[in-house]
Amino acid sequence: MTIGIGIPRADGAAKVTGRALYVDDLRPEGCLYGATVRSERAHATVLAITLDPSYDWTGITLVTARDIPGRNLVALITEDQPALADGVVRHVTEPIALVAAPTRDRALEAVKHVQVTYGDLPYNLDPEAAEGHPVAIYGTDNVFKRIAIDKGAAAGTVAGIVHEGTYRLGLQEQLYIEPQGMIASPREDGGMTVIGSMQCPYYVHKALKALLGHDRLNAVQAATGGGFGGKEDYPSMVAAHAALLALKTGKPVKLIYRRDEDLRATTKRHPAIFRIRSVVAPDGRLLEWTASTIFDGGAYNTLTPVVLSRGILHLTGPYRCENVHLSGVAVATHTPPNGAFRGFGAPQAMWAVERHMDRIARGIGVDPLVLRRLNLLRDGDTTASGGVLTDTGGFAVLDAALAAAEAPLPPITRHPGAGTNHARGRGLAMVFHGCGFTGNGEAYIKGKVGLELRGSRVTILTASTDIGQGTETIFPQIVAAELGVPLEWVDMAPHDTDLVPDSGPTVASRTTMVVGGVAQKAARKLREALQAETGLATGDIATLLAARTSSAPLRVEHQYIDDGSVQWNPDTYQGDAYPTYGWSCAIVDLDVDRDTGEVLYRRFISATDVGRAINPVLAAGQLEGGALQALGWATSEEVVLDARGCMRNDRLTNYIIPTAADAPEMVTLLIEIPFAGGPFGAKGIGEIPMDGPAAAVAQAIEAATGAVLDNLPMTPERVLGAM
Amino acid sequence: MLTSPAPVHRARTLADALAWRATHPHATVLAGGTDLMVFLELGSANPTSVLDLWGCTELRGISEDGRTLGALTTWTDMVRHPALPVALRDCARTVGAPQIQNRGTIGGNIVNASPAGDSLPMWLVTDATFELASVRGVRQVPASAFWLGYRKTALAPDELLVRVHLHPHAGDRLHYRKVGTRLAQAISKVVLGGRLRIEGGIVTEARVALGSVAPTPIRAHHVEAALLGKPVDPAAAAAVADDIAPIDDIRSTAAYRRTVSANVIRAWLEGEAAA
Amino acid sequence: MIRFTVNDQDVALDAPPMSRLLDVLREGARLTGTKEGCGEGECGACTVLIDGVAVNSCLVPAIQADGCRVTTVEGLASDGRLHPVQEAFLRFGGAQCGICTPGFLVTAKALLDANPHPTRAEAREALAGNLCRCTGYQKIIDAVTEALAGPDVDAAATSTPAC
Repeated sequence: MTIGIGIPRADGAAKVTGRALYVDDLRPEGCLYGATVRSERAHATVLAITLDPSYDWTGITLVTARDIPGRNLVALITEDQPALADGVVRHVTEPIALVAAPTRDRALEAVKHVQVTYGDLPYNLDPEAAEGHPVAIYGTDNVFKRIAIDKGAAAGTVAGIVHEGTYRLGLQEQLYIEPQGMIASPREDGGMTVIGSMQCPYYVHKALKALLGHDRLNAVQAATGGGFGGKEDYPSMVAAHAALLALKTGKPVKLIYRRDEDLRATTKRHPAIFRIRSVVAPDGRLLEWTASTIFDGGAYNTLTPVVLSRGILHLTGPYRCENVHLSGVAVATHTPPNGAFRGFGAPQAMWAVERHMDRIARGIGVDPLVLRRLNLLRDGDTTASGGVLTDTGGFAVLDAALAAAEAPLPPITRHPGAGTNHARGRGLAMVFHGCGFTGNGEAYIKGKVGLELRGSRVTILTASTDIGQGTETIFPQIVAAELGVPLEWVDMAPHDTDLVPDSGPTVASRTTMVVGGVAQKAARKLREALQAETGLATGDIATLLAARTSSAPLRVEHQYIDDGSVQWNPDTYQGDAYPTYGWSCAIVDLDVDRDTGEVLYRRFISATDVGRAINPVLAAGQLEGGALQALGWATSEEVVLDARGCMRNDRLTNYIIPTAADAPEMVTLLIEIPFAGGPFGAKGIGEIPMDGPAAAVAQAIEAATGAVLDNLPMTPERVLGAM
Repeated sequence: MLTSPAPVHRARTLADALAWRATHPHATVLAGGTDLMVFLELGSANPTSVLDLWGCTELRGISEDGRTLGALTTWTDMVRHPALPVALRDCARTVGAPQIQNRGTIGGNIVNASPAGDSLPMWLVTDATFELASVRGVRQVPASAFWLGYRKTALAPDELLVRVHLHPHAGDRLHYRKVGTRLAQAISKVVLGGRLRIEGGIVTEARVALGSVAPTPIRAHHVEAALLGKPVDPAAAAAVADDIAPIDDIRSTAAYRRTVSANVIRAWLEGEAAA
Repeated sequence: MIRFTVNDQDVALDAPPMSRLLDVLREGARLTGTKEGCGEGECGACTVLIDGVAVNSCLVPAIQADGCRVTTVEGLASDGRLHPVQEAFLRFGGAQCGICTPGFLVTAKALLDANPHPTRAEAREALAGNLCRCTGYQKIIDAVTEALAGPDVDAAATSTPAC
């Protein structure tokens, strides 16, 4: 059995020896280098694009929107975002033109000599002013999506103790360590191959098909240096640009973003504002919960409606309430579009919910832990959308985390140059996270996985990529376990759309739970195919293989089947919002420096219901990495925009993510409450670690200093100001 | 990524470096590269020629007694030197992270004259002198007279910083504090150096210096004056308001720097008062 | 012409003296294990050893490597055997997306050469110049502190066959 074992990752040897090839490591023969001319204005008409006559343009190719053979758009949910601005720019850094040159230096230099003449237009950067703003960005009212969910008695009709709060948070950058990059190469059949850093090869394929007007193309994932959502949709843009340059020059073109460009131009976590009004009984029982939100989508739609959707559906937190009113709007502003980032709206909602729970606890004088335990959802409870919960792990993770927190803290490290005037605090947060796509997303996408048998080797064909989370290891574990064969018999085909079927995107904590389940069923099909071929009834693969007379490869494919277990109405937002939920409890111990407001993390404990850990080492790695992203979001990661909406702190020296010295020692507990719909019981875990830590930190800061912080990030400046 | 085409003169001796410098006063001086290479990457430096001092081994290292530090002394050299006070070694440990400490030099930190330079307040509070050399000769400039304005120093165009001299006094209490947002790879928002001489329970000499709160690293003369002639008085920290002129920038706010400057001085003095 | 050794191989390359050692290694010597994450010495993905000392190769002008001994991630394994810290990264899950891994391994080698049994705090300080966004560092610190732990591993790492 290969399930539940922390075997080393399949791509590990290549990664520790430097052999793994990322896109910038590839250098096709005759490769040119691309660079992007970007808008310097938030909103303007592009009056002219001219070439500096004093610059030597020999060997340099310019591409503008006119060079697009198909449709000028980055095809995703809606068709509003152009690949290259045509006549008007709607946010700073919007791509306007492209250059290709024989060297990277020349390409970067040439960009500076492409002169864009703008006609300035009025613009709006403020999401709270966006809806109905006189300057239209999207549609007539600048609203990308509006959602409302109501359950129980009409709002404002329930009597009890009322608390109201407003909670805000800003942009967060994914900060994959490998910047965005893509190489496009013309194919001999007149088509195009793109290879690069991406989560979703078929998203890229879809975008290129619309752009180029044909589908003689394939998208291939290179080793990818982190994604976290940042390489869900944006690679379609990079691929589109590389492909346009390759098309015009007839040569392979490599387009790698510099870090500063990546920070300024690519998608980030949606900023949001929440207002929550709660009504509780004197003991803290939730009687009514009314919450509304505004998400800032930026200038184009991208994935914003889906992000808002997940945000709203998590806006009760993991708590039971009979009378719920949730509403939200995602609006357009003249800022770079925001997109997917681990958690996809849920971390924003969970921040607001957990801060509000602390407000209630403070208000009625109840221990925040007691308040949470009192209201925690359990099996049989219904969610805001009316879905009935099963496999709930709230109490299990809460108790496990609290037990672990009894252990003494790790010894204090003396940091050179640091102070000692510290206040100690502990904070706790409880979260749940819907696993997989919202509602009937899977029934809509219908992901496929193929298996190909050659001799005794089984190759998994899937578009689900490994971006560090371990797909290359976990899928073979699932398939080997299902077939009862040694792990060494199973491998993965390259993630090339010419070779693998569309398994759906690598997002939403769905890869192991949903696509892994499809792979498991494909393995069953392979066994059945062998049984049919050999006429044997045995399930033993070795016996079946020995009985095979044909040496021909055997290929099976399985497609996700909607078994009706998820009932969801996307129009009314009623039903099962998710196939199941993960549950997690975060407990952080920290010191606040009373003189500076700096937060020093001492220990971070998480207990997370993972359903079943296919690979406990990789699972813990996901939870720990996500937790540190959340701790960075809590106290140091802040995107600072200038008056045009352009990121000012566009360097790793001033967009501050934690180092190893800043990170706490982590205790990571995997709690297994199996989900019947997942392979061997697995639930999705990729995103849930992002949800709880920030709120736990806020509670800990409050416990240590009395400072109440309702906005993220809680930088030293804000902490000191609130003390 | 924009590769500089600048030619490089690799000096092997100080004499060679000074002679070349005399005829190339506009050349950019290179030591460990940890600042210059960033400037090149950002496009904020565009040297026509470069004088590389890295091969001048006579400028490297710290004397056994810890009193003389060559300009090419790296932070790692400082961290490892047993004769240096802990506060100076701590200071070196907070510069960037090990890769930067292995390559960055004290000379580069001093000459680049960033107001946020981590080590600069320490040279002020130790009354360090900087040995500046040219073909014309050698002169000693006290640290307090070296930084003239934002990234402006007392170096003449043909001069190089060659050594830093410390003048330790037994029993002096030296302090270092850095406030950065993270514990490594941090550019200081406030950096504090302090030195007290306490004789018979009375402060007889006080040096307080701060970085990142003015266009240059500065001495907090008002705080120093408030400390002298009495037992250590943490309330003296309040006087720093008259010493500093912090600004809002990408890393922090003037208000934060103001409050934190006073707080970290007070915390240090409270520690000294209790010692 | 800039001459140095990379992983014990002599290299002579034509490159502008102020070009980055990182580019000379990746483009000139085609050793792409050394990665670029930021180009300004913050992320440490480009860490190499120069004469055994960990440096950011994006901040080293090529000319300063002239005459030096450079070690990259490709040079950590020897005789087909992984370095113990590479083994430990596999065992403990120290690598996820892998882009920061070469830099961590090179920095860790320099640490372990000087201090074979670092405490967790020492390892955190020594590795603070390498940014990772996947792991939360926990499993990296596990791997580095345990790489040479245990008598068996120690012996394997330091002894040569008796015969």
